[in-house]
Amino acid sequence: MLNTTATDTPRKRSWRNPSFAARQRRDGWLLCLPAIILIIALSLYPLIYSLWLAFHQWDLQTPGHGFIGFDNFSAAVRDDRLWASLRNTVFIVIVGVTLEFCFGLLLALLLVDSVNLRRFILPIFILPVMMVPVVVGLAWRMLWDNQYGAVNYMIRSIFGNDVNIIWLGQKNTAIIAMIVTQLWQWTPFMFLILLAALSSVNPELYEAAALDGANWARLLIDITLPSIKHIVAVAILFRSLDAFKIFDLVYMFTQGGPGTSTETVSWYIYRLGFQFFRMGYASAISYLVLIMLSFVATLYVSRFVREGRT
Amino acid sequence: MSSTSDSLTTRQAKTAKHRMVHRSNPFVAILRYSVLLVSLVFFLFPIIWVAVTSIKLPGDYMHRPPIIFPDNPTLIHYRSVMSAKGEIALRNSAIIATLATFFSLVVGTLAAYSLSRFNTGGKHFAFWLLSQRMMPPVVLVVPFFLLLRDVGKWNENFGLDTRAALVALYTVFNLPFIIWMMRSYFDGVPAELEESAMVDGCTRIGVFWRITLPLSIPGLIATATFAFIFSWTEFLFAVVLTRTDAVTLPVAIAGFSGSQGSNWGQASALAVVATAPVFALSLLVQRHFVRGLTLGAIRG
Repeated sequence: MLNTTATDTPRKRSWRNPSFAARQRRDGWLLCLPAIILIIALSLYPLIYSLWLAFHQWDLQTPGHGFIGFDNFSAAVRDDRLWASLRNTVFIVIVGVTLEFCFGLLLALLLVDSVNLRRFILPIFILPVMMVPVVVGLAWRMLWDNQYGAVNYMIRSIFGNDVNIIWLGQKNTAIIAMIVTQLWQWTPFMFLILLAALSSVNPELYEAAALDGANWARLLIDITLPSIKHIVAVAILFRSLDAFKIFDLVYMFTQGGPGTSTETVSWYIYRLGFQFFRMGYASAISYLVLIMLSFVATLYVSRFVREGRT
Repeated sequence: MSSTSDSLTTRQAKTAKHRMVHRSNPFVAILRYSVLLVSLVFFLFPIIWVAVTSIKLPGDYMHRPPIIFPDNPTLIHYRSVMSAKGEIALRNSAIIATLATFFSLVVGTLAAYSLSRFNTGGKHFAFWLLSQRMMPPVVLVVPFFLLLRDVGKWNENFGLDTRAALVALYTVFNLPFIIWMMRSYFDGVPAELEESAMVDGCTRIGVFWRITLPLSIPGLIATATFAFIFSWTEFLFAVVLTRTDAVTLPVAIAGFSGSQGSNWGQASALAVVATAPVFALSLLVQRHFVRGLTLGAIRG
């Protein structure tokens, strides 16, 4: 960056000699060195150790840590519990993120041209996103409670007193509860990003289209969405990867139950590692999930994001 | 003649009305305000619910139908929770989050400057850093547990259930975020400014310290705040790697809310304690919010 501008003025000619460029490269890496060392020691090394674990028998029942090749992986592929937890997770991600996007877009469209309202509402909408996830879990754990919770109270006041939905005690309702709770925490996130995106759309486009007699639906589909599509792609990527990690809510709501029906991937790996102490197997599953996730993410990035940064 | 002037005025009117939603339409206005009102209630209610539960006696929060505001509010939960696990959890969280933020900020800012000015490692290095953050954290939790167990045998101060372990971990977890954020702020400082200072005889370090860093202070504060909040709210690693000594606030809250009903008051009281500083900080970073949550990938 500096080199190209430096060539313009004769005073900086000395910058052009190769030793300067080399020195700059060396300085650059030197500044990154602490960060690189830390990441290698505390992120890359554990990851490699985890790969070693994945190829070994490491659990509490069997003494010794023998090399077992791909046994852990082949067991994982045939593990119904893994696939069930993966299905739950993907369902929560897809339904949750889609709804978050729709509600976020609706709110953003309603607020984009009202600066006063925005100033009043923005600080409030930030609060859910900033909440400690465990506190979100606690708050909604109380709201979903079948006896004392506010959700059932509201349903009762509409449909009569004998309604008693045990939200967190059955698979389907518990998954709905998780999705709604995530919706509560993360719709504001989508809203804020979409609001920023909408504010940056060139107003002249709307004027031109309005002169051509386009109605609001046409404006939305032909102008608004294409103009913000890049930011939307990034926002959805971030939210999806984040939603895939879902652990705190499972911990606070159901602990994977009843049975194992509401397990998510993170929860299943956690159970394997710290309740059954099957470290080797848990690592193998971690790697499978990591590979699948990077594959999907790479595909997504090359298809929708491309440009990287805006 | 009249038709052109006519189209001009409608055009101006359309610009004045801003983009898509026509403010004059009463139906749209009603729709807008009712949607906003409903969503305000929806987003605020759970927060208020935790706050009021923390001052209710057990008879009031385990009541059917639910009682919104108790007749005789009490602070008993705050006192009991703080004397139980609360105080040590609060202290741990404060120490861990502060130290992790500090270390990651020092290390991350240097790397960010290098990436912004020297383009170190090019695009691939930057994306490799980003991918560190994208990885589901649960992947690292098993190897970490085992490694820390071994480290603990060698030196007790760095093993399982120590603050040092969590500080080191959160420092590394914050790094990709800090590097991406600070890089996007450094990119905003014109390179010409640095060049002219260097022509005047300032060293690279002097330029960074006296020009670029001071100009990036607002971004630095925002980044630090986000890093602090991430460390403050992290749960998975805290729950796996701590037992008694290094327990953080989220772990303590989860511990209180385990059984149905019985401890909700105490859990809520601790939740209020954990949430208050985060809310205070979030007002500080409002403006940087979008950028912060997307690691600078989207400039808010």
